[in-house]
Order: sequence, then C-alpha cells, then structure tokens
Amino acid sequence: MAMTTDPVTPGHAGWLRWLVVAVPYLWLILLFLAPFLIVLKISVSTTAIAMPPYTPVLDFTSGLGALWEQFQEFSFDNYVFLTEDALYWKSYLSSLQIALISTFLILLVGYPIAYGMARAKREWRPTLLMLVILPFWTSFLIRVYAWMGILKPEGLLNQLLLWLGVIDQPLNIMPSTLAVYIGIVYSYLPFMILPLYATLEKLDETLLEAAADLGCPPIQAFWKITFPLSLPGVVAGCFLVFIPAVGEFVIPDLLGGSDTLMIGKTLWAEFFSNRDWPVSSAVAVVLLAILVVPIMLFQNAQKKVTE
Amino acid sequence: MAGKSLTAGKSLGPIRRAFAPWNDPTAKPFIQFQNVTKTFGDFTAVDDLSLNIYEREFFALLGPSGCGKTTLMRMIAGFEEPTSGQVRLDGQDLVGVPPYRRPTNMMFQSYALFPHMNVWDNIAFGLKQDGMPKPEIAARVDEMLALVKLEKFAKRKPHQLSGGQRQRVALARSLAKKPKVLLLDEPLGALDKKLREETQFELIDLQVKLGMTFVIVTHDQEEAMTVADRIAVMDHGKIVQIATPAEIYEQPNSRYVADFIGEINLIEGTISAIEGGITTLDCTGTGAKVQVTQDGGAKVGDTAWFAVRPEKVAISLTPPADPNVNAVTGEVWDIAYLGDVSIYHVRLSTGATVKATITNTTRLVERPITWDDKVWLTWSRDGGVVLTR
Repeated sequence: MAMTTDPVTPGHAGWLRWLVVAVPYLWLILLFLAPFLIVLKISVSTTAIAMPPYTPVLDFTSGLGALWEQFQEFSFDNYVFLTEDALYWKSYLSSLQIALISTFLILLVGYPIAYGMARAKREWRPTLLMLVILPFWTSFLIRVYAWMGILKPEGLLNQLLLWLGVIDQPLNIMPSTLAVYIGIVYSYLPFMILPLYATLEKLDETLLEAAADLGCPPIQAFWKITFPLSLPGVVAGCFLVFIPAVGEFVIPDLLGGSDTLMIGKTLWAEFFSNRDWPVSSAVAVVLLAILVVPIMLFQNAQKKVTE
Repeated sequence: MAGKSLTAGKSLGPIRRAFAPWNDPTAKPFIQFQNVTKTFGDFTAVDDLSLNIYEREFFALLGPSGCGKTTLMRMIAGFEEPTSGQVRLDGQDLVGVPPYRRPTNMMFQSYALFPHMNVWDNIAFGLKQDGMPKPEIAARVDEMLALVKLEKFAKRKPHQLSGGQRQRVALARSLAKKPKVLLLDEPLGALDKKLREETQFELIDLQVKLGMTFVIVTHDQEEAMTVADRIAVMDHGKIVQIATPAEIYEQPNSRYVADFIGEINLIEGTISAIEGGITTLDCTGTGAKVQVTQDGGAKVGDTAWFAVRPEKVAISLTPPADPNVNAVTGEVWDIAYLGDVSIYHVRLSTGATVKATITNTTRLVERPITWDDKVWLTWSRDGGVVLTR
C-alpha cells in the first residue's frame, strides 16, 4: 500500500480531531440528554388543563428570579403516586417478567439457529445471514399486524389447524399474553442470533477436535467448550433483547389482551388517554432507572470480555 | 524447552542403538495401515497405502503440504475415516471408533489449548473426562507440570503464556492420559529455530523415557531426521520410501526423496555397464563417466540419474589421476559462505551446475579456491547412488 502524505497541517489535524470527537457527543446531548431532561422536568411538574398540560413551564425569557420560582414549584408527588397505585409496580414487575421469559425463549430458539449458521458451509453463510436480516426490510408495525392475521381466532393458524382436523374450535391465542410472547420472540430473534453467530463463527473448531481427542463426546464438548466460549455472544444477545423488551409497547398493545400488563402500555395510556404527562414522565424516568442496572451489568460483562 | 533437559540423568544411548523392530520379521506392528485410501470429493489424499509402525517407535511422516501426511495422522486420531482399507492399533480395528474412544492423543499444530481454562485445567481435562479420582488427577497434573517445567504457571490462562510455554502445555496435556500413541502434528512449527532444536532433543529423550509410540507429522526434513527412528517420505498420497534417517539420506530410492531431503546433485545419464558390483553411467549432460558401487535396480541401456551429496564431492585446483571417471571440470560460479561450510556452485562447460561443500576447518582469511577458478570435482565410487526413478 502506498503511503499518502497527509495534506492537513498539525494545527488543522488537532482541530479536526476535536470535531470528530465532538460529533457523537453532540449527537448524544441533542438527541438523548436534552429529551431526557425535558422528560425529567415534566415528571416533577403537576398536571394542568393547559397547552402543554402541565405546570410549571420553564420560561427562560422571564429572568433568573422567575426561573428560581419555577424551580421551587417542582414536586415529587408523581413519584410518590407511582408507589401508591398498585398498577404501576405490577406493570413494572410484569414487564420484567415478560422480558425475562422472552429473553430466555429467544436464547433457546436463537442459539440453535446461530449454531447452525456458524457450522453451515462457508458459501452458505452470507445467504443465511441475509435471511436473518431480511425481516428488517419490512416495517416492524406491519410485521406485528401480520402476526395478528396469523393468530386471531379466524386467522391463518386456526384455519390451518381446523382444516387439518387437529382442532374443532378456533384457539384463542390472540389477544393474550401468549401472543405477546410469540410476538416478542419473533421480533427480537435477530438481535439474539447476530451476536451469537458472531462469536460462534469465530470458534476454533480444532478446540472441539482437541476435546474429542481427550475423550470428550460431542454433547459434553458443547457444554464444556462451545457454550462457555460463546458466553460473550449470549450475554450481548440477552441484553440486546431484554432491555428493549421491557419497554415494549406495540406488541402488547396489538397482540396482548386486557390482562397483559406491560409498562409500555401503562405509559401510553397515562400519556394519551389520561393526558397526565407528569405521571407518565415519572413512569418513564423510573423505567430508565430500572434499566440502568442491566445496562451497567452488560457494560461490565463487555469489559471483562475485552480484557 | 529452554533450560535444563526434561530427562537429565542416565544416557539413553544403548536403548536407542539397539532399537530396530522393523528388521525383525517376528515383531508385531503396533499401528497398521492396510490398503488405506482416503478421498475428499475428487481429491485422493491417501492412495492405497500400507504402513506398519512399531511399538516405542518414533515415526515421522514427512512430505510437502498436500501429500496426505496429516490425513494419515488424523486417521489414527479418528478425525478422518478411511474411504477404504483398514487401520489397526495394537491389533484392534480402529475404523468406526470415534476419536473420544481411542487410546491416542494428539498435540495439535495450533496447540488448541482451551482459552477459557487455565494451564492446570487444560492438562486435567482429559483425566476428568476419564472419571479419574480427584487426588489422582491432581497428582498426575502436578507430575506433568513438573515434566514440562511449568509448575509456576498452573494458574495462568493460555493467552498469558509465551509460544514456547503454550507448546509445553499442549505437550503436557497430550501426555497426561498416557496414550498408547502420541500424535504430533507439526508440533514445533511455531517456535523459533533455537528453541525448536532444543525441543527436538527433549522430545526424543521423553519418548525413550516414557516408552511411548510417537508419530510426528512434519514438512521439516531436519526435524524428521533429528527425532525419528524411521521416516516415511510421502508424495501425492503414497509413501515413496520408508527408512531410517541415515538410509533416507544416503540411499534415497528416487529423485523425489533425494531432492526432498537435503542438497543433492542429480546428473542424468545412460547405464552403459553393470559389472562386478559396479554400475557405470555415461552422463551426457556433463561428459563424465560415473562409476558407482551398486548392484541391480537397473538395466544396461536404462536412463538413470547419478545422485551425489555436495559434501561428498571434493573440489581441487589440480586434475585427478584419472580425469575420465568420477570427475568433472568447470568454473566456480558462486560461493555461499555459511560459516561452518562453504557451498561452491561449479558451472560445467555443458552449462550444468554441480555443487560441492567444503568444511571450513580453519578461519577463512583468504579462500584457496575462489570465483572464476577452473576447478576439478571428484567423488569416490561409494559417494553417490544411481537412481532409476
């Protein structure tokens, strides 16, 4: 490779480096920190029949003194309210439960798929990878609607089962929590398969030969060699699935029944049906606080892997 | 294995000198390949091959990449099944026995150490697999660690070790189960030259001391000659020659073997006479008449090649007594000074080049023979061999 001389002077290079570093920070500040601060602010406000439907509204034009007064009006009543109504903690717990079980199911389904892909003939792998990514080309919403078409009482699945004579009454799969599980497992599967495939594909197959050579039959070798070495992929996949699944709204809303309690649904109802922006913002802030724990665990695990 | 020898103490010379079961017609082969063929699609990796390896032998499979030597070894380990033919170990048919039920262990070229286990657990892996009681495992692993001088590294992970240390862990792991046969797949390829040479001698001592059968796969002829009792030189899935290192070197049976092992001069000619144990060859390429003490293996009128090692060719500024037999003349074209020896490339009037090696027995101040000198090259009747293939 021929060396190209850099036309940028050292001074310019320093300035450029700052710009490159600043872009992601700017992105995070504008698109993550600022919205979060707005939500945080709304969560400590009180409801009002107004536009927007809460007070105090920070008005930066009325001087520092007025700003201070507005600050003093902040209340934590919304957070206290969350602990008083059982709906909220039940929603949180139910969301965590559904996300946890879904993550486990996705791991169960995704691992064999990723393993099969990683062990497939080399020339087949790009095609298989493509097939995993292909669903992303269709809108997520439309894919969930498609599942409605499959699972509803007069849907394709029931028609097929009736036609085959397996059942004589349509199954009530949808709406129910079972349908929510089906929807989540389907929707988040690629996020599990991709990191798993990445670690499994890198696995040196001579390690399995070495295990066999030392007297280890294939199934034991899987648990003693393959699985421990694929743990980074398992951890990454589980968190990539678990974290968004906790806050999932579309799937429980479309496929779930009235008994399916998930925090995303509660939040939506609070925001749009009750028009109680402060309480729904508090719900969102608490959700974030809950999710910070697994996110930090995830980052720790990632750090361990890179060490 | 840097530092002290693994097997300090008594000389193993007497054991090694007397060892030659392949010459004993009553000896039972330990590993037996019978008409083994292995194909991968259209490619024939091993072609109707038969081979006997004896107990306690250090056997080397030598050849260029793709010659089938690794496939042959993997058939002993059980990673490949022969397409046809039989493989036996100690009288037991191995075909169909999975690798995890074979009494063989392999040291892999890449070492294949388990990266998520420390040194201790790597060595203990096979023993645990056998369900050995814990105290025995601990004793055996400690013994192995002592054998390869890695006691202090038991708790390290493979990535915290140097290449030489990893090689020793791999060796300890493959020896821990006391296999009937230890298979070594290019075991020293990743080590630097000095460490490799030391380790070769330690492998020999270890093999004699432990009394195990070792089979080594290598493409490095020096390595094969250093460690092995016998060498099988392979080409295109067939064995070209099986013999001791000395026989392979001094009595190659073909141009392929002669050329693969060490340096050699090959001179083409026609056999003009075979009389009184002496084969005479008229070499058109050099204008020389070659006489070799060799019987049979060829007919008068055959095309044949005279093969002579450079160190058996003498170089001189004065013509020999009989310049018509076993002598050629030419000009010094190139000199390669290697320190211990110098290799002279002499160009003959016909354009052919003959190499001669001179041992540098004194410090080289000025070369007695130098570039462009007209020189005579001579060799004795038993210096080379006549090859017909």
